[in-house]
Amino acid sequence: MQDNITETSPMTTNRVLGDDIIVIDNLYKIFGSVMAVCGFSLTVRQGEVVVIVGPSGSGKSTVLRCINHLEVPSDGSIHVDGVHLEDKKTNINAVRAEVGMVFQQFNLFGHLSVLDNITLAQRLIRKRNKQEAEEIAMEQLRRVGIPEKANAFPRQLSGGQQQRVAIARSLAMNPKIMLFDEPTSALDPEMIKEVLDVMLDLARGGMTMVVVTHEMGFARSAADRVVFMDQGCVVEMAAPKVLFSDPKHERTKLFLSKIISH
Amino acid sequence: MTGEIQTNLNNNKDQDSRFSVREFPWWLVAIIGFLLLMLLLIMTNPDYNRAFNFIKGGFGGIAGFQQGGLAGFIGTGITITIYTTLVAFAIALVIGLLAGLGRVSTNVFVRNIAITYIEFIRGVPTLVLIFTVAFVIVPSVSSAIGISGQSISTNARGITALAVIYGAFLAEVFRAGIESVPAGQTEAARSLGLNGRQAMRYVVLPQAVRNVLPALGNDFIAMLKDSSLISVLAVRDITQMARLHAGSTFRFRESYLVLTFLYLSMTIALSLILRWYEKRLRQNAR
Repeated sequence: MQDNITETSPMTTNRVLGDDIIVIDNLYKIFGSVMAVCGFSLTVRQGEVVVIVGPSGSGKSTVLRCINHLEVPSDGSIHVDGVHLEDKKTNINAVRAEVGMVFQQFNLFGHLSVLDNITLAQRLIRKRNKQEAEEIAMEQLRRVGIPEKANAFPRQLSGGQQQRVAIARSLAMNPKIMLFDEPTSALDPEMIKEVLDVMLDLARGGMTMVVVTHEMGFARSAADRVVFMDQGCVVEMAAPKVLFSDPKHERTKLFLSKIISH
Repeated sequence: MTGEIQTNLNNNKDQDSRFSVREFPWWLVAIIGFLLLMLLLIMTNPDYNRAFNFIKGGFGGIAGFQQGGLAGFIGTGITITIYTTLVAFAIALVIGLLAGLGRVSTNVFVRNIAITYIEFIRGVPTLVLIFTVAFVIVPSVSSAIGISGQSISTNARGITALAVIYGAFLAEVFRAGIESVPAGQTEAARSLGLNGRQAMRYVVLPQAVRNVLPALGNDFIAMLKDSSLISVLAVRDITQMARLHAGSTFRFRESYLVLTFLYLSMTIALSLILRWYEKRLRQNAR
């Protein structure tokens, strides 16, 4: 597999990890007769970048979608920033406003301009006025490198540009955590880098990130920890250097040999 | 030889703008031909002319309004047909939107109320429903809220019936529109912290409505045609006027051909506008 990111010295050393911000304990998710996730546990600390890898159907995306309750767990518990999501009294909308999510298919709002895509939730949820929301939107657009597209509509943008707008839309809410669900899987090869660069930049800035991806180059250069999942369970969890160079389990070795060999 | 190929290439290039026997709308020529023929008859033949003037009815204008209130202002014939269609469709849009939202609601009670309404209406013939609404439901409801049933005009009953009937059809149109918006749109909205209602209002509905505009246009045309059914309530729309004219003069051919002419010219005009709009929509969507 081609690495889209030039390997740099691990930056994990100069980042400071804070308190536990996501605590997933013994998570189960069952769809009909299929057990997508069985007994998944993970603790993510503030400022940490965790990359989840694994074959398709291994439950990676389901775990990610449980973190903001787009999927409701069948069993187990999830705490985000100290809030117990499965508690009936929890206002899930308030939690979601603090947890940005980037999707494989971008999911920009097709009827709204780029600027309106980024200001909608700011105005409704953060109660910012039009001017303030637009200033923040422009700031985020500059951050992802496409301020000139503010008045364009999603269908006029390339996939890479759409995904960067989607990232800007999440960032404008000032989230504490960013979740990425295969953010580059729907992109043409030449657009993958522009999205990964934005994500790498975010990681360097100290954002707490949980990323499901097949981009091993990104995992190697940005992740503090890589989680390898198979059939709904964690097989192995380690620093990228350790996991990629010295995997402990046969299943991990097999997976890595398959995706890295060509 | 090369010149020939060149010409062929040019032909291909200009295919859109050039006359094409296969693409030319011959059907429209035929229909416009019929309409023009009718217009000619109306202008030259006294029997057709009399039928036309009687059926289209008088427009009361301001004087009529001062004399006869709203009914005088509306006049009879074509104004009643158009007025009935517009008002009934506007009410049907509101009912349809509410029932369509109820149809996709996660609340079991709300959803079943909506489905009951929709299936009830869809299971009964339109003509039967017009009688039932006009002579059973409107009097019962009005007496229940303390209004005398007698004070409600037959036209108002007809409009109510059409609105209730089309509300059910439009509910299905809105439901289809809502379901045509990908689930990812809702997920993206919810992931930003919008609640279900906000996601529906600001993200899903605007796109759903845009997707179903052509279908709504078709239903508007269908309602214009079905408004003829309220003539059974003796509302003096163009259909009732044609029946009256035919009955009193025994000029059946003139009366019903003029009636056909009136409906067809309105529906064809609307359907051409709709085609043009859909074409523009497709170009914009690219």
